[in-house]
Amino acid sequence: MNPEDWIEINIGQWVENLVGFILDNFEPVLDAISAAIGFVALGLENTLLAINPLVLSAILILLALWRVGWKFAVFVLLSMVLILGMNLWDPTISTLALVVGASFVALLVGFPVGVAMAKSDTVEALVRPILDFMQTMPPFVYLIPAAMFFGLGKVPGTIATVVFAMPPVVRLTNLGIRQVSVENVEAGRAFGCTDRQLLYKVQLPLALPSIMTGVNQTIMLSLSMVVIASMIGAGGLGNVVLTGIQRLNVGLGFEGGLGVVIVAILLDRLTQSFGRIRTSEGFFTRLMRALKGEQQKPTVTGSEQSETPRRAAS
Amino acid sequence: MSNAKIVVNGLYKIFGSHPDQAYELLQQGKDKDEIFETTGNTIGVKDASFEVYEGEVFVVMGLSGSGKSTLVRMLNRLIDPTYGVVEIDGRDIVKMSKSDLIQVRRKEMAMVFQSFALMPHQRVIDNAAFGLEVAGVPREQRYERALKSLEAVGLKPNAYSYPDELSGGMKQRVGLARALTNDPSIMLMDEAFSALDPLIRTEMQDELLRLQSEQRRTVVFITHDLDEAMRIGDRIAVMQDGAVVQIGTPEEIVTSPANEYVSSFFKGVDVTQVFQAGDICGKGPKTVIERAGSDLNSATEALKNSADEIAFVIGKDRKYEGLVTAESLLEAKKNKGGKLENALVANIEAVRADMSLSEVLHRVAHSRYPVPVVDDNNVYKGAISKTALLQTLDRAV
Ligand SMILES: Nc1ncnc2c1ncn2[C@@H]1O[C@H](COP(=O)(O)OP(=O)(O)OP(=O)(O)O)[C@@H](O)[C@H]1O
Ligand SMILES: [Mg+2]
Repeated sequence: MNPEDWIEINIGQWVENLVGFILDNFEPVLDAISAAIGFVALGLENTLLAINPLVLSAILILLALWRVGWKFAVFVLLSMVLILGMNLWDPTISTLALVVGASFVALLVGFPVGVAMAKSDTVEALVRPILDFMQTMPPFVYLIPAAMFFGLGKVPGTIATVVFAMPPVVRLTNLGIRQVSVENVEAGRAFGCTDRQLLYKVQLPLALPSIMTGVNQTIMLSLSMVVIASMIGAGGLGNVVLTGIQRLNVGLGFEGGLGVVIVAILLDRLTQSFGRIRTSEGFFTRLMRALKGEQQKPTVTGSEQSETPRRAAS
Repeated sequence: MSNAKIVVNGLYKIFGSHPDQAYELLQQGKDKDEIFETTGNTIGVKDASFEVYEGEVFVVMGLSGSGKSTLVRMLNRLIDPTYGVVEIDGRDIVKMSKSDLIQVRRKEMAMVFQSFALMPHQRVIDNAAFGLEVAGVPREQRYERALKSLEAVGLKPNAYSYPDELSGGMKQRVGLARALTNDPSIMLMDEAFSALDPLIRTEMQDELLRLQSEQRRTVVFITHDLDEAMRIGDRIAVMQDGAVVQIGTPEEIVTSPANEYVSSFFKGVDVTQVFQAGDICGKGPKTVIERAGSDLNSATEALKNSADEIAFVIGKDRKYEGLVTAESLLEAKKNKGGKLENALVANIEAVRADMSLSEVLHRVAHSRYPVPVVDDNNVYKGAISKTALLQTLDRAV
């Protein structure tokens, strides 16, 4: 006899019921979320698209020069030329906006959760399995409820991306705070920090490299959702790749993929540069140093240790 | 006597979830390991009671795990005591509210850490100003005070460097400056110099002693280095398995250790560093002749009646003048003018009471006579004979 015939656990049905229940009873909440996310995602995209490509390119190149160095600035320059040359400017910006918007929301939610986890073992014990669940669930699965709750388009795309990309920043915020050396925390308390001061003046600054690694990974995970999210209408470079697949157009797919890689490298290097624990050197000093072609002074931080996470997009 | 700055009474720290149960077992005389096995609780500190006087350097020593760090952290409540009282200036900080406690930490006590515990993202001056920043002191004012304390430890030129640009010794100077900036009356130092190499370490000890001579603060200093304890401690408390087993001056502890543990601890300690000439000069020859009112005859008489071979001659205000022997007295009577001054043996210089034994060892060993000891004002304090020196060295081995 086939055991599947006499054991019946209908989780699928329960989930469907749950989704239906939420749809019926929490519409205002869903609408509010949708509006908020839409505001962030669409607002960002429209703003970026409104800027002249040349101006935006120049801004990015300067940013690269300031934060990373002249070699990277040259790389950004070439990348911008390539993207414009491939006629992929609009989808690239749209993807950039999706990734930055989704990462922003993921941070907004994930960072406080990470702090709460670090402060309380109970919270950590509760949240940890949820994070494990979120990370092991195949990303496609998020598309279904996202589409059911929020329809098709950029908003559900962003939301699915947020859910998928949030775990690293939560985990690494928690880890970073917990890893701050005991004596540093004791020093903070011994000199009269309140709990809040301890967090802001000792724990967060010392956890910054770890937190920035989390931010970096969250961004990279968002990028890996780009193609998947385009299946529910998120648009952007993911759409280009998807079209390439559907039409078996290898060239188009490759161009879209290249665009994703460029966005990934750009965001990766820029966010890593903010993970350096010391940021007091002024813009001008850095600029001068960059112009003189000097290397950044090596500092002991986490950013160097963080291996480049998961390749972006498939 | 100086007044007590910190009073600790019946202080216990029991780590783990059921301290009462462990406490019961402690009262029944069970030891740390048994209690850990039956209850899973660790005894950090048990029944510590002592006073730290204002302005003294109070050293706490003991083997690893004996509870030194736990004890010192209960003084500013980084660790909450399980039972007992910690009074700072007469106020029990164990019962204090959180906000009062924060005020005490900001105003009364500062701490220096073994691993320095500087904030790597802040410049030296910001690190030094940390306590004031937390207390909400305006930037200009706190930088001013931070610079002053950096100057006191010789780091003013490095004020705008980052900690990772400094050597270990310099980092700990920043740690020291950070503590000084708050102008605390109490400094807690947990193995503050243990991470430094020996030369720098001695240098930092001198630095601390110098700072103490400029402005006396109450210092509780944890170490497991004997020489360090001897060098900087006014008094030493020895801890064993969480209990304070003996408290006393370095000399007291070396000469009469409370138990095996303490004496084994101090075995091999270099007594010539511990003791100063003044500590053992009372055991030498006792005969002293005051020049005023004495002549050769009365001096000869006095010497003959004493058990000693020699006598020391002192003048006005007990100032040391010299040493006479039976022969030198006889000689003076025969050949010279017959005055007491002429009987003084040539070339007997006194040593100062605050010189360490290692410094006077050579003198005593090679001198025909006991070596006289004087204080800073050349006032006679006593003398060190070879026998007394040997006895001191012998007892401490
Ligand atoms: N948070 C803690 N939880 C449980 N046990 C602890 C804790 N902190 C210290 N202990 C235990 O308390 C005892 C005393 O530790 P403490 O750190 O005070 O020793 P110490 O004298 O400072 O040693 P060291 O010289 O190694 O620094 C040790 O047995 C230690 O294992
Ligand atoms: Mg310790």
